[in-house]
Amino acid sequence: MVGLVLLVMLAAPAVAALGCLLFRRRGAAETLNLVASVIVFCAAVVLAVTSAQGPYLFWDGYIVVDMPGAWVTLCTAIVYFLASVYSVGYMRLLEDAADKLWSFYALFAGFALTVLLSTVMNNAGLYWIAIELTTLVSTFLVGFERAAESVEAAWKYIIIVSAGISLALLGTVLFYWSGSFVLGPVYDMTWSALQHSASKMNAALVSLAFLLVLIGYGTKVGLAPMHTWLPDAHSESPAPVSAMLSGALLNGAMLGIVRYLAVADSAGVGPFARIVLVTLGVFSLLVGALFIVRQDGIKRLMAYSSVEHMGVIALGVGFGGIFGIAGALYHMLNHSLNKSLMFFGAGNVMRSFGTKEIIGIRDVWGCYPVQGSLWLAGAAAITGAPPFGLFLSELIILRGGIEGHYTWAVAAMLVLLIVIFVGFLNHFREMYLLPSASAGPRPALSNWCIAPMWFALAPLLLFGLWWPSGMWEHFSAIAHALAGGSP
Amino acid sequence: MLVAHLDPLAASIFSLMAIASLLLAFVMLGSRWLNNYLYAFAAESWVIAILSATVGFYGGYPELYLIAILTALFRGLFLPYLLWRIVKRLNVTREIHEILQPSSALVVGAFCVIFSLTVGYRVGQSLGLSATVAVLALTVMLSMKLIGFLMLTVRHEALSQILGLLVLENGVFLGAQILVPGMPVLIEIVILFDLLIVVACFGVLIQYLLAHAGTTSSLELKRLVG
Repeated sequence: MVGLVLLVMLAAPAVAALGCLLFRRRGAAETLNLVASVIVFCAAVVLAVTSAQGPYLFWDGYIVVDMPGAWVTLCTAIVYFLASVYSVGYMRLLEDAADKLWSFYALFAGFALTVLLSTVMNNAGLYWIAIELTTLVSTFLVGFERAAESVEAAWKYIIIVSAGISLALLGTVLFYWSGSFVLGPVYDMTWSALQHSASKMNAALVSLAFLLVLIGYGTKVGLAPMHTWLPDAHSESPAPVSAMLSGALLNGAMLGIVRYLAVADSAGVGPFARIVLVTLGVFSLLVGALFIVRQDGIKRLMAYSSVEHMGVIALGVGFGGIFGIAGALYHMLNHSLNKSLMFFGAGNVMRSFGTKEIIGIRDVWGCYPVQGSLWLAGAAAITGAPPFGLFLSELIILRGGIEGHYTWAVAAMLVLLIVIFVGFLNHFREMYLLPSASAGPRPALSNWCIAPMWFALAPLLLFGLWWPSGMWEHFSAIAHALAGGSP
Repeated sequence: MLVAHLDPLAASIFSLMAIASLLLAFVMLGSRWLNNYLYAFAAESWVIAILSATVGFYGGYPELYLIAILTALFRGLFLPYLLWRIVKRLNVTREIHEILQPSSALVVGAFCVIFSLTVGYRVGQSLGLSATVAVLALTVMLSMKLIGFLMLTVRHEALSQILGLLVLENGVFLGAQILVPGMPVLIEIVILFDLLIVVACFGVLIQYLLAHAGTTSSLELKRLVG
């Protein structure tokens, strides 16, 4: 049953991508991609719920459905669904790309497929390959608009991320080597095999390997100071792609860090590994805060906010314990929902005002009361204001830090979050309250562009007000499994 | 564990190959002509292919022969050929914007090797393998990484950057053959992947040329800042 659901979930985007290549028509491609995303979403919900009954292995143990993986799958599926709905409306606005929209949808479905694949890989080497595949596919999505800026972003993206990910390859090889002292020269490098044999591994070698893996996948996650590709790629790609990059891809890479951290913990180098991760997290928050305060581009603002939130998730993972892990996983979900909402709103105003610069976007409320209110609510949510989900998850991560005795990191996180709150909302104050220089009717946006904003905001508000008890049990089970409790 | 009890001849051959490929990395670092990079990269790939075959022979891993053939074909012939065609087409024969003179780059590269040696020696010591070829493999692996990154930072021609990426991975290959000859499937796939990356890079590069019809130096990539 689980296997069937998994197969359907992976087959849907694959079929959609092939169908787009086959039909080469916009309408067919839109429909196929949308249907695939709905199927993926339903399947991911089923997988996330059933994963609690223990890890399921498929294909000789190369593929696994376990709780941390299924959670990231769910986050990915949500963003894929929202972004697919949004792209129907948004991509029609790009006039000069009208005749190659089918290729956009083919790549888009392919990108979703690779991210989904990375979340279910049970073999550390195959996980690396899946992450590499995401880069290859998404490069073309980043450069899709073919403007000079987009191509520049795509070039930086592929060079920086490939260089970073090659460090992760070295780390993977070193992990395999340290495992081979325990498990023999040839073995299947599954996460559980690594974790179980870790206690007998050499601590120095595991530390070196973990550092390499952390820097490698950290590049993909966008942790500062390896984040330099992120603002460019996020700001220059079409808005649905930005949402996918930020809400799905970054989580997929973070999953690898979470899994390797569990191995490092079992090998007894946990405290060292955690300090490094927490430091990177604080530094990401710092870089995010500095660049958010004085930012000119609207999508770059959102991109630096992603750096900040990945820093928050890294802090949660680094703090560890039930609170840290639960907060980090909850934050992943909230961030995926919220950042999709923010990129959709940014895409809308970019198209309506015809500029990427914050200075050109004025009087949003007057022009678009409904959509403007949604976007503003999202802005309040993303800065961690109650009553939205991110307030709750950030609070839990802070509590995890206090329990884990990372007082300095908690203090730094609090100060930086306040700076970001002020800086981020100041940009919104300017965009909403300052009068517009050029009055005149703005183009109306189709419902395809507005509806996904509602879909994203509603659960965000719901999860801020009400934390289902089942979710808490799910998180504590994940924290327990990552601590080596059960395979 | 292959490296722990290796007969002296095999150990010497492995060391020779490792040192040879490190030297070729220095050749790339010390030159400013794109053609030299290409030849050095192709030669390095061939050395690694021979190393794979030798490890396969001494360690009894027949899969490594396949890796050797794949490496020689793809990384030793096909990729250099692709890159050579691009050099011809772009009409760029040398690095024009140098941040670091090749001679200074060589010195920095030497420091990278010393640093890697220290790390490799420390790890080897804690594993009880300090007198084996493992230390050398680790050193070469890490120093080729660092040299690759050095090339990525101080060189700005698009082609040098692609080659820098490939050198990064050559280092991993080389070390992986000696340290973990048992994980070849991953390496086979990575070889194919590099091909895809290079092709993807070319895709982007050609788009770039269409958009600008000018330079291929990344120093000109400065629209997106802040």
